[in-house]
Amino acid sequence: MPSLQLRYSILGLAVVLLAVPFIAAEYYLSIINLIFIAIVGAIGLNILVGNTGQVSIGHGAFMSVGAYTAANLIVRLHAPFWVAIPAGGAMAALVGAIVGIPSLRIRGIYLVISTLAAQLIIEWLINHVHAISGGTQASINVPRPTVLGSELRTQQQFYFFLAAFVVLAIIAALNLGRTRVGRAFIAIRDQDIAAEIMGINITRYKLTAFMISSFYAGVAGVLYTYFLGVANYEQFQIGVSIDYLAMIIIGGLGSIRGSILGAIFVTVLPLVVRQLLETLGDLFSVSTKLGQYIPHMRLTIFGALIITFLVAEPDGLNRLWISARNHLRRLRPAQ
Amino acid sequence: MTKNLVKAMVLVAVAMTTVLYSSRSAAADDIVIGLLCDRSGPTQTNGAIMCGAAQDYFKLVNSKGGVEGYKFRPIEIDAEYKVPLGIEAYERWKKEGVVSIMLYGTNHVQSLQQRMAEDKIPGTSPGFGTAASSDGARYPYLFPIAATFYSQAAAGVKFAGDRIAGLKGKKIAFLYFDNPTGREPIPMLEALAKSEGFDLKTFSVPPPGIEMSAQVLDLTLRFKPDFLITNLFGRAASVGVKALRRAGYPLDKAVALAWGATEADLDAAGGMSVGEGYYAMMFHGVGADYSILNAVRDMYKSEGQALPKAFGTVLYNRWLFHAAIQVEAARIAAQSAKGVKIASEDMRRGFEGISAASLEKFDGMAPPLHITAADHEGGGWIQIYQIKGGKYVKATEYFTAYPDIKADVIGQRK
Repeated sequence: MPSLQLRYSILGLAVVLLAVPFIAAEYYLSIINLIFIAIVGAIGLNILVGNTGQVSIGHGAFMSVGAYTAANLIVRLHAPFWVAIPAGGAMAALVGAIVGIPSLRIRGIYLVISTLAAQLIIEWLINHVHAISGGTQASINVPRPTVLGSELRTQQQFYFFLAAFVVLAIIAALNLGRTRVGRAFIAIRDQDIAAEIMGINITRYKLTAFMISSFYAGVAGVLYTYFLGVANYEQFQIGVSIDYLAMIIIGGLGSIRGSILGAIFVTVLPLVVRQLLETLGDLFSVSTKLGQYIPHMRLTIFGALIITFLVAEPDGLNRLWISARNHLRRLRPAQ
Repeated sequence: MTKNLVKAMVLVAVAMTTVLYSSRSAAADDIVIGLLCDRSGPTQTNGAIMCGAAQDYFKLVNSKGGVEGYKFRPIEIDAEYKVPLGIEAYERWKKEGVVSIMLYGTNHVQSLQQRMAEDKIPGTSPGFGTAASSDGARYPYLFPIAATFYSQAAAGVKFAGDRIAGLKGKKIAFLYFDNPTGREPIPMLEALAKSEGFDLKTFSVPPPGIEMSAQVLDLTLRFKPDFLITNLFGRAASVGVKALRRAGYPLDKAVALAWGATEADLDAAGGMSVGEGYYAMMFHGVGADYSILNAVRDMYKSEGQALPKAFGTVLYNRWLFHAAIQVEAARIAAQSAKGVKIASEDMRRGFEGISAASLEKFDGMAPPLHITAADHEGGGWIQIYQIKGGKYVKATEYFTAYPDIKADVIGQRK
């Protein structure tokens, strides 16, 4: 039985989540929707990297596997979303299991390189096999998903659609952490030889971690495809994989809250820095001159902020969150 | 330490919210144009020149009173060639009441086209995007306005046929950057190889495209084509010119599609002289000797400012042309709107009303486009320049090629 406090916080959060789409303008909803997709992907990557200790920079490629699987199902077989999304996830999980095989033999930086190879191989395959990519342009246009008889068009409708998957992703990850599988992941991360001696089947659990993580990635890829209305390989290149890695490192490895905070941070920060600089440029009415420099300043500031956060709090935003909470608790008058 | 960090976090959060909430208000007679820019990211060398050119043109038109009393308010947003940043840009423009978008980047065209069609906001993508979008029935809100990669491929083949006296039984090579944009001309080239009876061989350069000596050697020594068409861009374009030269390939038997032989590419290869003889495809005029460039020059002079360094170069002219088509569409829209706020749907009709006559005043800077509801490409006009003595020298006038085969390939002709 959850504590009263927890029940109230869940209720409060639910009210906020339900109220937001009716208060916020479409523009903000579109940003929140991008964050939602990022959260699903980041939670998945965190299960692999944060919980199991297997570093991967092929996350973008797994997303593309999900995206193209779903796009082909939707266009060729008119699959509804409740088929396309799990199918995309399942195909990504399958590919993830194959990519995970080297992790049985190699670790650390060598595994990173092998997942990088997977990223490039998958990109190449999608790019050149017309049966997958649908032609030289490697993009497949996908109609909007239909939920309960109505087609999702507005950002508000997408908000509810995506929020449902975010909630599912969080609940599944929370529960996974409490099962034998979740505990086995952590044992492997902390010391794989010790874990093996304790009777944990390393082969099975490492591959399971790759599969679960890729399933999340695949689902995120399908959601992204639905959101954009197109599966296009340029949306899943190596830069995307690095962005996701940045999310979980900045957010906090091995923590779901960290994944969420990291996804918000990495999605919103570039937008804010850009607008901040544009606003400043307008204030001093030199925008045309400044226009040349803003993008470069933005990248510099973005990089500098990330370094600052990491130096100040290497355990990520999640640790910062806990510190802030403890700090506020101390401020509360004694009862 | 923790306390300070918490304070810092709160400050950052407050700053984020205020910044995201601040927006400028639009006047009723403003025409808001979204200008997608890449001043940073992988294509920044192009973006820095092109965005400046578009801004210059809107400023010029506004300084002369706008069109029919309407002023332009271009909102430039840098998207770094990244899709999420493009989505945010689009939503921000929508919030500001955008009526038309100047796109940049195939990935952005792909990820925004469905939204644009639903919101009925037209966008222009000259020389990139997807060739199928010249079909206005299928893509009512996308306007390539200039020759797509299919038209460029067709023009390249026609030009080759003229230079080597006929195509039947000849050998044509296609050297391309191996990504969707680089590959796009291939279906058109294959269709033409079949119909015109020439032997086509394609040579792909994998990303990042900085090494292609093997392909170029294979091409020059083994295949020995009668003519070569290249579709390289970015770093690959400059590497390509150098590699062809080193392999001893005669550059006057090669034509680059629209993004492959700009000054920026040749400078990176070591100067214009490296490309001596190379043919370059354009969908606009090159050089500084056009009336609109003179007008921009006068504007800078009257402000007492120095001209931008890229003034009159290929990329500068390209986005000057791009902005000019937006302005012409707005002019047609404004003539029927008469003081009422111009809507995005009016802009779409504006684009579909652009004719060769309405572009005559640009004295050759713009091709004789004839955009209709069915043909959003306006005919697919190309003119070819040759690099001679460090300058672009006009080799052909504007022409179009193989419209029927193009219609077959994009599936327009039933």
